[in-house]
Amino acid sequence: MARALINVPARAKRGEVIEIKTLISHPMESGYRVGTNGTPIPRDIITLFTCTYNGEEIFRAELSPAIAANPFIAFFTTATESGALAFHWSGDNGFSTTETAALTVE
Amino acid sequence: MADPFFSAANRRCFLIRTAGFAAVVGMSSALPLRATRATPQAMQQAIRKIVGEAALQHGKVMLDVPPLVENGNAVPLTVSVDSPMTEADHVKAIHIINEKNPQPQVISMTLGPRAGRASVSTRIKLADSQQIVALAEMSDGSFWSESADIVVTIAACVEDIL
Repeated sequence: MARALINVPARAKRGEVIEIKTLISHPMESGYRVGTNGTPIPRDIITLFTCTYNGEEIFRAELSPAIAANPFIAFFTTATESGALAFHWSGDNGFSTTETAALTVE
Repeated sequence: MADPFFSAANRRCFLIRTAGFAAVVGMSSALPLRATRATPQAMQQAIRKIVGEAALQHGKVMLDVPPLVENGNAVPLTVSVDSPMTEADHVKAIHIINEKNPQPQVISMTLGPRAGRASVSTRIKLADSQQIVALAEMSDGSFWSESADIVVTIAACVEDIL
């Protein structure tokens, strides 16, 4: 289970645009590097990140090997109603992690 | 004609040529593993694949990257698009394309009117000093772009672990 950090404001006014920042620990091995014994290091990256707000997808990112290790992704959304934001990362070698954050809208 | 000298010379010539040809074939098949690198042509092809037949206009997109980075392993990048982000007029997707990494694609992000503000940030790897391009796909089907040149002193992606 990879460690993920999510920064979402705990409460927001209705209609307010809020910033969401996410960071997950992952090596993002590009597959283009060679190890000590001369053999290529196989690719191991996160390929897809999605964010759903009360079940509705609000953001999606398709990642490539050119994303730095420990992928950081920040984006905005409009606070419409109280509920849960779910974050999902999936990638090579069956990598899959889900995190949630609660948001209270006043 | 059975001239032993002539046939021996022919055989030697044939062997040398065969060896040379084998060496060339061997090299070219071994090369792609080490020397893979996107080219400006590959970048143009990648852009064309996203944009299709639509015209690519310059502007509306702001690409915020440092002009000089010491370490290409993590380069902060922010893309903002000038858009009201309403149901009728919003940014559908933002793509980042590079010129000299092993492959041209960097990231493709899908957003919608609920985003409120068309601005995204991430950190990318850069294998060399190069140009990167941000493309924004609007809800009306138009495409806008902005490019930036970055100087990298320590490259990422392809360095070996020693």
